[in-house]
Amino acid sequence: MEKRGNLLNVSDLHVVFYTYRGVIKALNGVELWMDKGERLGVVGETGCGKSVTSRAVMNLIEDPGKILSGSVLFEDRDILKLKESEVRKIRGNEISMIFQEPKSSLNPVMNVGFQIAEVLGKVNNKPIKSQYKPAAQMLEFVGLDSERVMTMYPHELSGGMAQRVMIAMGLAPKPKLLIADEPTSALDVTIQAQILELLDDLVEKLGNAVMLISHDMGVVAEFCNKILVMYAGNSVEYASTKTLFKNPLHPYTTGLLKAVPQIGRTDELKAITGTVPDLVDPPSGCRFHKRCPQVMDICKKERPPFIQVEDDHYVACHLWNNKESSDEQKGGESQ
Amino acid sequence: MSETTTKTKTGWLHLMKPYFEDMKHTMYLWRRNKLAIVGSVIIAAFLFIAIFAPLLTPYQPDIQNLSEKLLAPSSQHPFGTDQFGRDILCRILYGSRIAIQIVLIVTIISSFIGISVGVTAGYFGGIVDEILMRITDMFLAFPRLVLAMAFAAMLGPNLTNMIIAISLVNWTPYARISRAEALRVKGQPFIESIRSMGASNFRIMFSHVLPMTISPVLVQLTLRMGTIIITAAGLGFLGLGAQPPSPEWGVMVSDGRSYLIDQWWVSTFPGLAIAIVVFGFNLLGDGIRDMMDPRLRR
Amino acid sequence: MNIWTYILKRLLLMILVLFGVACIVFFIAHVIPADPISAMLGGNAPDDVIKRVEAQLGYDQPLIVQFYKFISGALVGDFGLSLRTNNPVMQDINNYFPATLELTIFAILISTILGIVLGVLSAVHRNKMIDHFSRIFSIIGVSMPVFWTGLLLLLLFYYRLDWLPAAGRLEFFTLPPDHITGMYLLDSLLTGNWEVFKDALRHIILPAFCLGFLATASIARTTRASMLDVLKQEYITTAKAKGLKKNVVINRHALRNSLIPTITIIGLTFGSLLEGAVLTETVFSWPGLGRYITQGLLFLDYNSVMGGTLYIAFVYSIANLVVDILYAVLDPRMRT
Repeated sequence: MEKRGNLLNVSDLHVVFYTYRGVIKALNGVELWMDKGERLGVVGETGCGKSVTSRAVMNLIEDPGKILSGSVLFEDRDILKLKESEVRKIRGNEISMIFQEPKSSLNPVMNVGFQIAEVLGKVNNKPIKSQYKPAAQMLEFVGLDSERVMTMYPHELSGGMAQRVMIAMGLAPKPKLLIADEPTSALDVTIQAQILELLDDLVEKLGNAVMLISHDMGVVAEFCNKILVMYAGNSVEYASTKTLFKNPLHPYTTGLLKAVPQIGRTDELKAITGTVPDLVDPPSGCRFHKRCPQVMDICKKERPPFIQVEDDHYVACHLWNNKESSDEQKGGESQ
Repeated sequence: MSETTTKTKTGWLHLMKPYFEDMKHTMYLWRRNKLAIVGSVIIAAFLFIAIFAPLLTPYQPDIQNLSEKLLAPSSQHPFGTDQFGRDILCRILYGSRIAIQIVLIVTIISSFIGISVGVTAGYFGGIVDEILMRITDMFLAFPRLVLAMAFAAMLGPNLTNMIIAISLVNWTPYARISRAEALRVKGQPFIESIRSMGASNFRIMFSHVLPMTISPVLVQLTLRMGTIIITAAGLGFLGLGAQPPSPEWGVMVSDGRSYLIDQWWVSTFPGLAIAIVVFGFNLLGDGIRDMMDPRLRR
Repeated sequence: MNIWTYILKRLLLMILVLFGVACIVFFIAHVIPADPISAMLGGNAPDDVIKRVEAQLGYDQPLIVQFYKFISGALVGDFGLSLRTNNPVMQDINNYFPATLELTIFAILISTILGIVLGVLSAVHRNKMIDHFSRIFSIIGVSMPVFWTGLLLLLLFYYRLDWLPAAGRLEFFTLPPDHITGMYLLDSLLTGNWEVFKDALRHIILPAFCLGFLATASIARTTRASMLDVLKQEYITTAKAKGLKKNVVINRHALRNSLIPTITIIGLTFGSLLEGAVLTETVFSWPGLGRYITQGLLFLDYNSVMGGTLYIAFVYSIANLVVDILYAVLDPRMRT
């Protein structure tokens, strides 16, 4: 278990959910790491496990979900092994999180000012009442008119305003890591751009790391300097943004990029055949093998490890798995 | 215009189709839900008893036998006898027939009133809605039992009038629910398209709005059946419903009051019968509600 | 719309509804019975007696006039004389209502506290022992008819154990405390009359518990359901992500939201409590308004029935209004 990042190291994370349909094997050995001040984008289709991973980082997986194995090293401590009271000190303080639906993520019966002051009160260990001034300052920091907004309730805010409030809440404790789970997916496109710009601006100023989760490649390309691609509960590719777009190695990544419209592209958009696998009864070996245009025999039997292929570029694919792949490829491709 | 008439079948069967489809799905879910099954068993037993009552007991419910009065429960009289020597178990069995009558008739009448009011109010909206809703509010301004008591007393205390009284008081939740559903369905685009094809208001209400209201109303119906029995028993207990010597369960409990100290069985067993049947209806209703919950419905 | 406009609107609506209620009450008393006078006097009363009573009670006047008299009387609280007690109905109401109010309030207190605690515990410890116990208790509670529960309680605590008294608000020879509110518990506390307080408490426990039993079950169920619902919401995840302690999350973030449907249920149970009061008062011989109306109905004492029923409808409407206002206070979304 090498420490690949100096801020966060998630290794071999296995998470399951017990449901009436069966056991959903949501995370199948996820690998993820981040450096201080870095911006990592986590992309993948709905259901690939990106949100589950983010919850696991904060040890927020609850019944009927369970973390089976793995480690989450935050700086030097394994969050999964800490006592709940210790983890609570980290949450909303060193690591904070903002969510997709800002209006539902804010408590409808409390006003905005209180909800931000609450975070500050906990972090500074002071009574909430004393934190209203700094809360108002945070609102200004995210570009809202604090006089008006402090006393408003979530249902009175527009989507964009609500997300700004969430950002204010997330950045108020000056965290080392901000996890943003699909922060723009519920917003109109123009507002999306505004929010991303705002986030960009603030993160520059505060210098914290950001884990941006999204199913939208465009958003991630814009904002992040590193990208992790996930599929069906596994990490499949990791590289810097430039490298990923220029030289995608995993067939899934290639497929994703081909399906995204880009300015200047004139070729047809190609969809990846097949559908996302059922995680109660996932495919054997590499979970992508049934949809992969370059599938080989070994893909059906063994899960490819997530290994470094070139400088700061990791893939989980037998095509690039030096030991076996060369023999296979020489032996001819099978369907 | 002629195109539409040839395309739309106007047969009764066709009008009823949406109801049948819904029923099939409901049956499937039924089997998978434990609460509903237990409740169903109890209610099935209740129905069985009501239908076969005379075959299940050697005694008669209204024949007095003073030499056998106030006997404790024994193998001869599993629930004991009352002050007139009548076997209590037998009277409870016959009483189930009365209870079923009450539940069925009240449910039919009150759901008819309630759904009519609700769908009309929701569908037409505006002033019709306001008026109908204010009337509903007026009925809701009384505690149900008090109003039913008043109706029953004024009409004259007997079984029929009690049924009428309870029906007049029981329709309001159905009105509320079906109105809410009607409002919801009214706003859907397909209603507009059907109307533009020339469907009459009545047809829209009956074939399209009504089927949508059935599921939630059905849940309420089952949940209310328990309440209907309790209300009827309450009226019987107070002397404002069925009259002695009718073996209505509420009346039986009231009868036993004076003998409570030493002959506790006279009041206890009829009350137990009420509790069990209502329990069955509540379980069934809860189970049905769980099934109908759109989040769990697969 | 701010909260005062909301209250005003609701008040006006309430007045309109009460007027309709008065119409219904009048309808019940005057239009439905085929021949109220004969019914009152018995079938064999001679014609001239009937005519005299009719004139006396104003039954020979056209319906509209009778209705007008009824409404104008009702507005000032004059419902005529009770045929049984020969008192003005309003006076009877004033005598009996505090008993019902006291019983109902006590029952609400017991059932709300017990119900909410059970419901929250049930939701937080979902599917464990306490949850199963509480759920079964709830369904049973909602299924037992009030009067049967009352009789069983009497059987156990009075006849077999002799711990608690069976009837009335006080022992036969005990004098009630000085009349301030008419509610014995309150009055005896206010006047420092400790003995009477204890006696009144002993008398009220059984009927209040009987009455509250159903409400406890129903409140517990609703609280559990709405708490479970709330705990699934995203803002609860946010609260946890903020690193707040579990108690804080439940008490500060979840509870207020989950109480909203519970308040509605409490409002509804108030109604069922009034109903249940009628039956409980009969079982425990509690001299309250419920028993007054019941006896009025059995003896066809129309004035007392009309007055009593209208009064209960009035109280019930006010209770609903209070619930609606509470709702608006708790949930800012309701104020629009």
